[in-house]
Formats: sequence, C-alpha cells, structure tokens
Amino acid sequence: MSDRPIKVLIAKPGLDGHDRGAKVLARGLRDEGFEVVYTGLRQTPEMIATAALQEDVDVVGLSILSGAHMTLLPRITKLLLDAGLDDVLVTAGGIIPDDDVAALSEAGVARVFGPGTTIAEVAEYLRTNARPRD
Amino acid sequence: MSRLTDSAEAAARAASLVAAARAGDRRALARLLTAVENRTTVAEPALRELYPLAGGAHVVGITGPPGAGKSTLVSALIGEVRKAGRAVAVVAVDPSSPITGGALLGDRVRMQSYAGDRDVFIRSMAARGHAGGLASTTGAATAVLDAAGFDLVLIETVGTGQSEVEVAAAADTTVVLEAPEMGDEVQAIKAGLLEVADLVVVNKGDKPGAQRTAAQLRAMLVAGGGPAVGAGADGGERPRPKRPEVLITTASTGDGVPELLAALDRHRATVAATPSDSARLARADALVWAIVAERLRGRLRAPDLAASTSDTLARVAAHRLDPYAAADELLARLQAEIDP
Repeated sequence: MSDRPIKVLIAKPGLDGHDRGAKVLARGLRDEGFEVVYTGLRQTPEMIATAALQEDVDVVGLSILSGAHMTLLPRITKLLLDAGLDDVLVTAGGIIPDDDVAALSEAGVARVFGPGTTIAEVAEYLRTNARPRD
Repeated sequence: MSRLTDSAEAAARAASLVAAARAGDRRALARLLTAVENRTTVAEPALRELYPLAGGAHVVGITGPPGAGKSTLVSALIGEVRKAGRAVAVVAVDPSSPITGGALLGDRVRMQSYAGDRDVFIRSMAARGHAGGLASTTGAATAVLDAAGFDLVLIETVGTGQSEVEVAAAADTTVVLEAPEMGDEVQAIKAGLLEVADLVVVNKGDKPGAQRTAAQLRAMLVAGGGPAVGAGADGGERPRPKRPEVLITTASTGDGVPELLAALDRHRATVAATPSDSARLARADALVWAIVAERLRGRLRAPDLAASTSDTLARVAAHRLDPYAAADELLARLQAEIDP
C-alpha cells in the first residue's frame, strides 16, 4: 500500500548542541506528509540503530555539525547493517565537506544534503528513494 | 498473481514473523507492528495467531494533558521496572496532521537511556486521524507486544483534553496524569477523563501547589466515589464511579515512581482477581466491532457491490436519501446475499 506515510528517523549523532536544523527539517517533513520520529540531541550510534530498528523506519536522516561525521556516520551505517536494516535509506545533512562525500557514500550514506538544500528537495529525494512500502 | 496465492503468501510471511518475534527477534517484532499499523495483508493472519498467545501482560495506559510529563514518567517507570528485571514495551502515540497526514513523533526524546537493553522496546505511533487519544491500531499493536512476551506494556496517549477516554478500554489500568495547579475543584468533578482513572498521578511534585492539587483531587474523587478501586460490583444496576488512588511523582528525579509501580502492581492483582473485568470486556467489544465494521465496509466496497454502494452514498450527499434509509439499503443488499 503505497499511500502509507513514509516513516523517517531524524537524529543528531555526536556532541554538538545545534539542533535547529534537525528540528526545522523534522517539522518540514511532517508538513510534507511524512511520519517523523525525532530523537533529539547527543545520540550515540547505538541509540540511533536501536530507534531505527524498533520504529521500523524507512529512512534515517542524520544531522551533524560537529565535524565528527567521518567517525560517527560509518559506525551508524555499520550498526544498521549488523541489525539487518539493509533496506533503510541513510541520508545526512549539516556541515560536511564535499571531499568527504565519496567516502561516506562508500560507507552506505546514500545522500549528503549540504547547506541551502530545501525541504522540498529532501522530501522529493526521500519519496523517490525510500524502500517500497508493504 | 491470484488472490489465493497472495493470501497464502501473506499467511506464510505472518507465520514466519510471528515465530521469529516470539523467539525474541526484535526486527521481526518491529515488522509485525508495521504490518498491523499499516493494515497490510500480513496483519490479519498474524493477529489471528498472536491473539490467543496474548493476555499475560499488564497493559497500562498513561494519559493526561500535553506537557504534564507523560513521556518523562514513562521513562522513569521503565527504569523502575527494569530494576525488577521485568521486560517492558511502550507504545507512544502522537497526533497526525489533519492537513497533510504527516506527524512528528517526539516521545522517544525522553526515553533514550535504554538503547542497549533488549528487554525495553519503544515504538512510536501516529494517530492517523483517529480521535480518542490513540491510533485505531493501538489495541492490536498492544496485543502483538503482549504476545511477544513483555510483562508490562505501557500505552502513552496523545496529550489529551477532557474526554479522550478510549485508553481506558485499551488498558487494564489507566493512569491519568495531572500537573499542579491545572484547575480547581470543579475541574476534578467534571465528567470525563478523571472518571476513567484507576490511578491519578500529580506529576511535577517539586512544583509549588502539587500537594494542594493532590489534596483537592483526593477530596473530590473520593467523596463521590463508589467502592474502592477494583472492589467487586455491589449488584446495583448503575455502574459506580471508580475511586482512584491519588499519588504524587516527580518524574524528572524519580521521586514517587517506586510507589507508582507498587500501586500499578496492586491494581494488576485486583484486576486479575476479577473474573469479568470490565476493561477487558470493553477491549474485546471495541476490537470485535471495529472488525465487523471493517468487514461490512470491505464487502460493500468489493467490485460487485461497489457501484451500488457509491450510488447510495451519492444520493445521501445530494439529500435525496436520508442516512438511515441508506444504511438499511446497504444492509438489505448484504442480507440478500445471505438469503438469495
């Protein structure tokens, strides 16, 4: 049934305290008709993988501005794979240099959204690329 | 693909998910909850298998106005329950947008500390347009978690107003949360939410006024009440109001939470000793009638009847037929199938 809302986890891994962007995105995706699970600041990779598993989300969106993305994001994608969540779409946003995108993509981050991305662009990408609903 | 093959496939998929979930596979459990929530073809065969296995858990509803501290209290309760080594699941419901259908499910924010603990399972649910404080599939989700072996299943409702009392039918024990100084004594004697409470909890007990609010609630709720919570029916015809215990907690520090768990356990024992518990009967009533309505709707919208059903509805929309006559007309069509 494709008319069911797509379920998205929005989480902030790591220690930076800047969650405005994540909250704006969570709210924006809500307005685009997504069901958004928002888990807030200072999430460990384990917390994110647990939430993704229990909530059976279609998408995990990670917001990170601390610069620790090369450490944290691959750990999260590995934990998701270890938990059998191989069909979950993982995206990231925040401050991530272009030079790191290829390595993150290699680690399983499907898409990195840079500053200036609109909510509509994110929503369109998720609708096109999230796993088909059953 | 034929419908028969589809349903056989769905049944096989349901059986394998049920077996895995019962064996402790949390991913399978999460998938089952999604099937139930989205009413996929897997949901019915799965629930048919799971329902007879459920009934062992204590289902506790936690309700109250937005900001009273429901999520924080649930989190504190999880900690207390885990100290006793019991497995606990949470279904946390938040509202869906009536405009876009989207939802922001934010209850997990306050329930973060249990990521590594496989005996804690937290699931958020959007209400998806269902009024009453729950999603229409919350009861079924609760049965899935019950059958998966959790000893305690907590249902956190959307932030409620005065009359979203549906949780009382979904839970064995209903806890109504109040914040200090939210209203005067007249609020406490209005009909509605407080009437379905088995326990009333004044949270934010460290705020000024908490003791006074609790004293007012005690005076008003006990004064007019019937037999104490869970006491046997007295044979009178009119249902007697409950006489809930009033507790004070400070969920953010954990104060009063052990006492709350003890009160929940006491109520659980009382319910277990009551053979025809009214909450369980109300739950069965809600579950079965919802399915009857769904089946009737499904039959009337099946390909052979869909056109005549739409025609009836269109005549009601145009005010050429009244809605009662329309209902009789639809039921007569179903009757004709039974006695051709």
